[in-house]
Order: sequence, then structure tokens, then C-alpha cells
Amino acid sequence: MNLLVCISKTPDTTARIAFKDDFTKFDEGGIQFIMNPFDEFYSLVRAIELKEKFGGTVTVLNVGEPANDIVIRKALAIGADKAVRINTAPTSAFSVAKQIAEYAKDKNFDIVFFGKETIDYNGGEVAGMVAAMMDLPFVNLASSLEVDGAIGKLNRDIEGGVEKVEVGIPFIVSTAKGMAEQRIPNMRGIMMAKRKPLEVVEPVDTVDNIEIVKYELPKEKSGVKLVDADNIDELVRLLHEEAKVI
Amino acid sequence: MKILVYIDNRKNHIKKTDLELVYYAYLIAKKHGGSVDALVLGSGENAGELGKYGADRVYTLSHGEFFDANGISKVVKNFAEEKSADLIIVPFNSSGKPLVGMLAALLNASTVTGVLDVPEMDDGKFVFKKGVFSSKAFAYIKALNNKVVVSLIPNSLSPEEVVSEANVETVSMAVDERVKVVGVDKVEGKVPLPEAERIVSGGRGMKGPENWGVLLDLAKALDAETACSRPVSDVGWRPHTEHVGQTGIVVRPNLYVALGISGAIQHLAGVSSSKVIVVINKDPEAPFFKAADYGVVGDLFDVAPKLTEAINKFKGN
Ligand SMILES: Cc1cc2nc3c(=O)[nH]c(=O)nc-3n(C[C@H](O)[C@H](O)[C@H](O)COP(=O)(O)OP(=O)(O)OC[C@H]3O[C@@H](n4cnc5c(N)ncnc54)[C@H](O)[C@@H]3O)c2cc1C
Ligand SMILES: Nc1ncnc2c1ncn2[C@@H]1O[C@H](COP(=O)(O)O)[C@@H](O)[C@H]1O
Repeated sequence: MNLLVCISKTPDTTARIAFKDDFTKFDEGGIQFIMNPFDEFYSLVRAIELKEKFGGTVTVLNVGEPANDIVIRKALAIGADKAVRINTAPTSAFSVAKQIAEYAKDKNFDIVFFGKETIDYNGGEVAGMVAAMMDLPFVNLASSLEVDGAIGKLNRDIEGGVEKVEVGIPFIVSTAKGMAEQRIPNMRGIMMAKRKPLEVVEPVDTVDNIEIVKYELPKEKSGVKLVDADNIDELVRLLHEEAKVI
Repeated sequence: MKILVYIDNRKNHIKKTDLELVYYAYLIAKKHGGSVDALVLGSGENAGELGKYGADRVYTLSHGEFFDANGISKVVKNFAEEKSADLIIVPFNSSGKPLVGMLAALLNASTVTGVLDVPEMDDGKFVFKKGVFSSKAFAYIKALNNKVVVSLIPNSLSPEEVVSEANVETVSMAVDERVKVVGVDKVEGKVPLPEAERIVSGGRGMKGPENWGVLLDLAKALDAETACSRPVSDVGWRPHTEHVGQTGIVVRPNLYVALGISGAIQHLAGVSSSKVIVVINKDPEAPFFKAADYGVVGDLFDVAPKLTEAINKFKGN
């Protein structure tokens, strides 16, 4: 199978978030970046599993600048066969989707994988955009994916249940928990990753359709009110009278 | 300005989150001028209700029970074009989420997912507020294109009745058969976690699935849904549909009660937007207390039953 996995990088969740230029820009200084967990744990691993079963190639694709190569090499160490980086800073979901659709349109991928969202901006937009741009069917929030001949059989998480869908190859999928189990790269994988091809492709022209005007930090909690374990009626009173939630 | 609200009403009952969408559109129309159309997927029972919360016109689309986002995106696109909609509002759920990106590409629209507030206007362009970096910050995002698609986070506002019922008209749609829904496994009668108003959640401090009774009792007393931390669902004590946090579900209830959860940053990422957080943990140093509004330092197997009893006593009065 010819599989494409789109990977993005995101600040490590434990990173302390700061802004600069009067809260108009995210301060990347000192931030540790990681592969978006949905892309790493779910999309990439499931794509590798399908390749192990049916044969083929797993290509990872990132739209980003040279600093992203570290994250891309990790995907190769986990088991992708080759990588492509489209050499431009991702400035909006729409422009990223354009780059991906443009790259993928004549490569005959059977399945194009996305994570359900990136954990920094929680957009969940790129996959649907690429699907519409390429006019391919789209299955979103998939928690499992099996391939049966030319048909993909997927489960989608819906409110209070699971929807079972079938779709002909080629298609686009965005993955959620349940899809696969995280794989930790081993020493051999890391060594091999150094020799796998990482192709750098120049971007096409795109325009952004949104602009981040400014950021804001949430109001600090005023501090926890501790209630004694022997005085639980007081907690109920506070929840009722002060917090007004019961 | 014309606003179009898309509502998935396949279960044929209008939910509070549907009213939130219409009321949100109403507030935008009131603030910036405009009218509100609601397009309802479903047989349209009770769809007139939406008028009370601010829809000027309601259109219902009949359908088979199983219908997929690829088809819906094209219907909403055609409908938005027919009605010259400038702003399209979709739910932040499994029905609305796939639509946002597809509609953006089909309509050449700007998109902002998970908006929280009625937008301000700047130079004739909307500026929406949303949570970013796992709720550690907010971003104000300006939609630059003439058409805009947004999804609204549940529980962001409290819908109120504002006008009278709207007329309901039925429309039909073309079908896209590329993705076939072949079945649905349902867990009936539960409020989806992202929409829940109260949640009681358990972590590794619960020690094992056999102990969940104390949590379920508390949830019942509070009329709350149940959730858990990731390790709890990873080892199978609870189903993965209950896993909240950065890699699970993001929730925003009015009340989140945590039993035996340490409050790791990845857990907080999914729950820190809750309006009120109550933490019960035997370790006074547990990081969750820093994110909490109320806390009890103690053994949950002692405190939770006492809290259940106190709430039942309170409700009895
Ligand atoms: C990339 C990544 C993504 C992740 N995503 C998520 C996510 O989405 N959601 C998530 O939850 N986690 C996530 N995690 C895991 C997270 O880092 C923590 O490991 C996890 O949240 C801890 O779960 P816990 O609080 O239940 O368990 P623990 O950290 O073991 O905490 C148990 C707590 O229970 C208390 N306790 C024990 N016994 C009692 C008792 N009798 N009475 C009262 N209190 C008691 C203890 O004091 C302790 O604070 C992620 C981790 C990574 C690396
Ligand atoms: N810069 C990028 N390069 C490649 N893929 C990306 C990029 N940004 C986002 N994606 C993909 O799109 C998914 C959803 O991202 P988003 O719509 O930004 O939440 C991610 O999980 C990735 O699979």
C-alpha cells in the first residue's frame, strides 16, 4: 500500500507557554517541540502496521522549516520508510492543507493519514480541507481502521457510541485514540533513520485566511479553598451558595 | 449579515447544545446586525423550538438514519450559497467537526474551531476567541475571508428564550455515497462528555475497577457523567470513551470532581476549562490542588461517600 502520514510538530504539553511582542506572538524560545501525539501514536503506527501486513511504503510529510527535521527523523526511527518536508513555515491550516493537497495530488496514495487535531491550536481542520481540495472521501475521528481488498472499514467515535463506516480506497482519515498503540523507537530504528531519505520540496504559493491578532493568559485561579474531611457539609454549602453549581 | 446554523438532530430531539448554537447566532446577529437561518438534519420534530432561541427561519432535511459528513458538507455548502450565508456555525462534536475543514475548502471560507465567545468586529472582520495550547492560553483569531465557518464549544453560554417559534420548511439533499455508514453501536442514555454539565472523574487512586461504586454513587447524587484519567482507561478499568485530557476528550463542565487523580499537565489540558473544580486527594502536594477551586485532603474512600451523603441530604431538604 502507498500510505502518506501527515505529521505536525507541537510544543511539548509540559512546556511553559509564553508570548512576546505585546502578546501578539508565541515565544518559541526554550520550548521543546514534539511530534503531535495523534500523528505519532495513532496515524503513524497504524500506517506502519498496515504496511507490515500488506507491504508497501509509508511516507511521512511535514510542512515546516528545517528545524523540524528532528521530529521527522523520529517518525523514520519509529518505522516510516521515507520523509518529505515542504519547506515553509506553517502559518494557517488552510495554507498547510494547500501544500499537502498540491504535493499529494499526483502520487496515488491509497490512504492519507492525519491526526484528529494538533494539540497546540486544536484546529482539527487540515484533514477535511485536504479531503475537499483533493475531492477524496474523508473519515474523521477514526478509532480503528482495517483494510479489506479495496475497502477501508473504520470505526468512528460519535457521541454515545461508535459508527461503523466503509469507504473505497483512496481516502483520507483522521485518527483518534484506539487506532494503535504507541511505539518507542529502538536503537536500530534510530540508526536506520539516519540513512532513510528526507526529501525537501519547495512550497507552492498560498494565502492565509486567518490571522492571530493576540494571545491572552487565563485568569489565575484565586487559590484552592480547602475543606476539612470531617466537615463535608461545608463543601456542599460552598458548592451551592458560592460556586452555585449544585 | 446572514448566519447559518447547522444542527444534527438525527435523534429527533433538540438538545441544549443545539439551542446554544442558535442562541449564539442570535447574539451575533443582535450585536452586529443580521438574520439567522437554521438547517436541521433530522425529521424536524420540535425544530420550531429553535425559533424561540433566535432562529428566524428553520429548514429541516430529511434523510436516512445513517448519513455521513461527506454528503452533509455538500448540502451545507449548497445551502449556504443559496442563502448567501456569510457566517456558518456548526457544533463542536462528531457531526460538526469533520465539516469545518471541508466547508472551508468548498466555500473558500476562513475557519476557527472551538470558539468561546461572541466575536468582536475589527475592520469589518470577525475576531473570535478560542483556547489554545491545551487551555494554557487564549488566542484571538481574525477571519480574513468573506465567508467564515466556526464551531462553538459546548457550555460556552446559557441559551435563553428570546422570540417566538419559527416557521419550519423542509428541504431535500443530494447524497454522497462514497462513505457508507453500515451500523452504529450505541451507548444509550448518556450525555456525551463534552456536553456534560457535571462530571465525576476517577484516577489511579481509585485502586481498581471494583471500587468504582463510590464514584458512581457520587455521580448519581450529583446527576453527573463519569470520566477517568488516561492510565485508568489504558489498563481497562474504564472504557476509553471516558478518558479525558490532552489525548482524550476535552471537557468543560460547570463542575468537575476529581477522585484520586494527581493532576498531571496532560490531564489538566482536558479539564482546566471547567468552571468549578473539586479535588479529593490524600496527597496535599498533588498538583491538581493548584488548579482546583475546592479541595479535600483525605482518603477518597472516606471522603467520597461522605460527600455523596451530604449531597443527598442537601437535596432532600
Ligand atoms: C503524551 C502524553 C499524553 C497524555 N495524555 C493524558 C490524557 O489525555 N489524560 C490523562 O489523564 N493523562 C494523560 N497522560 C498521563 C499523565 O501524564 C499522567 O500520567 C496521568 O494523568 C496520571 O493519572 P492519575 O492521576 O490517575 O494517576 P497518578 O498520577 O498515579 O495519581 C494518582 C493520585 O491518586 C492519589 N491517591 C491515591 N490513593 C488515594 C486515596 N485512597 N484517596 C485519595 N487520593 C488517592 C495519589 O495521591 C495521586 O495523586 C499523558 C501522558 C503523556 C506523556
Ligand atoms: N505543518 C503540518 N505538516 C504536516 N501535517 C500537518 C501540519 N499541520 C497539521 N498537519 C496534520 O493535520 C492534522 C490536524 O491538524 P490541525 O487541523 O492543525 O489540528 C495533524 O494531526 C497533522 O496530521
